[in-house]
Amino acid sequence: MKILVISEHRQGKWNNSSFETLAAAQQIAAAANGSVSAAVLGKGIGTFADELANKAVAEVLAVDHDLLADYTPDGYCIALNQLIESAKPDLVLFPHTYQVRDFAPKLAASLGKGMIGDCVGYRSEGGKLIFVRQMFQGKTVADVSFLGSGPWFASFQAGAFRANLVQAHVSGKAPVNPVAVQLSAAQIRTKPLELFKEAKSAVDLTQAPLIVAIGRGIKAPENIPQAEAVAKAMGAEIAASRPICDEGWLPMERQIGSSGQTVAPKLYLALGISGAIQHVVGMKGARTIVAINKDQNAPIFEIADYGIVGDIFEIMPALTEELQKAK
Amino acid sequence: MKIIVCIKQVPAKDAPLAIAGNWIKESDIGFEMNEPDSFALEEALRLKEKHGGEVIALSMGPERVKQTIKEALAKGADRGIHISDDRFFELDPLGASKALSAAVKGENADLILTGLQSDDQGFGQTGVLMAAELDRPHATIIMAIEAADGKLKLKRELEAGWFQWVECPLPAVLSIQSGINKVRYATLKGIMAAKKKEIAIVTRESLGVTSEPTQRVEKIYVPTKTKKTEFLTGTPKEMAAKLVEKLRFDARVI
Repeated sequence: MKILVISEHRQGKWNNSSFETLAAAQQIAAAANGSVSAAVLGKGIGTFADELANKAVAEVLAVDHDLLADYTPDGYCIALNQLIESAKPDLVLFPHTYQVRDFAPKLAASLGKGMIGDCVGYRSEGGKLIFVRQMFQGKTVADVSFLGSGPWFASFQAGAFRANLVQAHVSGKAPVNPVAVQLSAAQIRTKPLELFKEAKSAVDLTQAPLIVAIGRGIKAPENIPQAEAVAKAMGAEIAASRPICDEGWLPMERQIGSSGQTVAPKLYLALGISGAIQHVVGMKGARTIVAINKDQNAPIFEIADYGIVGDIFEIMPALTEELQKAK
Repeated sequence: MKIIVCIKQVPAKDAPLAIAGNWIKESDIGFEMNEPDSFALEEALRLKEKHGGEVIALSMGPERVKQTIKEALAKGADRGIHISDDRFFELDPLGASKALSAAVKGENADLILTGLQSDDQGFGQTGVLMAAELDRPHATIIMAIEAADGKLKLKRELEAGWFQWVECPLPAVLSIQSGINKVRYATLKGIMAAKKKEIAIVTRESLGVTSEPTQRVEKIYVPTKTKKTEFLTGTPKEMAAKLVEKLRFDARVI
């Protein structure tokens, strides 16, 4: 099996989930007696290609083109379509980033193929490759297999594999092979303009050792002081899942999850958070996770060390009191 | 501006799910409008209020889906298209997008909007694949839309707090990020008006759409736990006390 990993970078920096996907590809290839190549696209990408060449890959395919300096879905689809037609991989793997969501399904469709997106794992069953992905917001998982001939397309969720397990090249460096693509400005229909960040964060949640996070279960903004009291008694920062920040009940900078901050504190106390994938990817690295939720089937309990099935409005005041007592 | 909004109906958020083969048992649970799609609908209604035009609500699924189309009509959509399909859940993302695209091809809409992803299957591919199928430019994870002079200026959300402005010509397909706006409620007047609005019914057969599936869901199951959770029980006060003790003396994190 020939596997091609499409890596990702922006503003001169790797998206580190590229290496998680590379680790996954190496593991799949090792079991299937296959090979792994890695591709990098952009303008002036020598350093990135060189870094990939240090890894255990058969080759690095470098697509350097002026029109790939900034990401556009048209540019990436056209360039990668040509790359895949010439490299002829059996399986194309991506990190499941916002950028990949934006172009990869279309790239697969341009080759008449489908994509299994946002996978959390894989399994080989009698030589058949099964991809595992979450459904119903993480309440269930599904085994999905490809039908028909390759190339097959799949993406892996951030955190599904460990980047530090990427194997280094055994004998120095893999060859870096430039790939020429035909791409004209007229083919690119959208025009990327400036990149920017919203207001500077006043709080850096990534440095907070203790975090108390609230979700939909908090029900109304007037209930937030109860959670803040717990956080204060504990000396923790307050954070939230996306819906709370969407409502404007807490500022965006306090949002944990795929579109917000990724944190790995000593303690993460989740109050009324169901544990949708988009939230969990931002906090599953916490050392100790406590979940308090009225629904005993909430997916947050899958990753919790300590769980309380109950009404947060009964438990928050009791917890504040116990924490104050313990001081 | 003629806008089509793709809206899925999904199991209600707190619905107890029972797995049946490679789908769920539908008989005992409630359904609701896929929340990410409600943001797309709201954005369509706001664009219509600002620029004039028409909003068409498009949904695929069994008879129950009509209720969600009616909800969109009550909120202000002008008409609906229902792709009546009891086996929609067997479609892969490509098959679903082909059916949705075929249903709107003749409409020549300026804009097609989808939510970011569905809360059931969560493929998150529909908008991008419709753009491929209809050969239109697209952009995803949109947090603001400014329309002027036949083109769009869009605010795309990137990861880790970054955003980017993107210019996109019309016609186009956009996937809307949840939280882009505050979703309205249907008014009584809207609900009454919706009764007179048209819902066209089509099928994949009547649209002449066939597609070979590219993937198959072999089975759905409840995930096996990777962590052993210690559940604390008792009265709220007892549970709180136990938790504080565990965190102080076992986990040693406070």
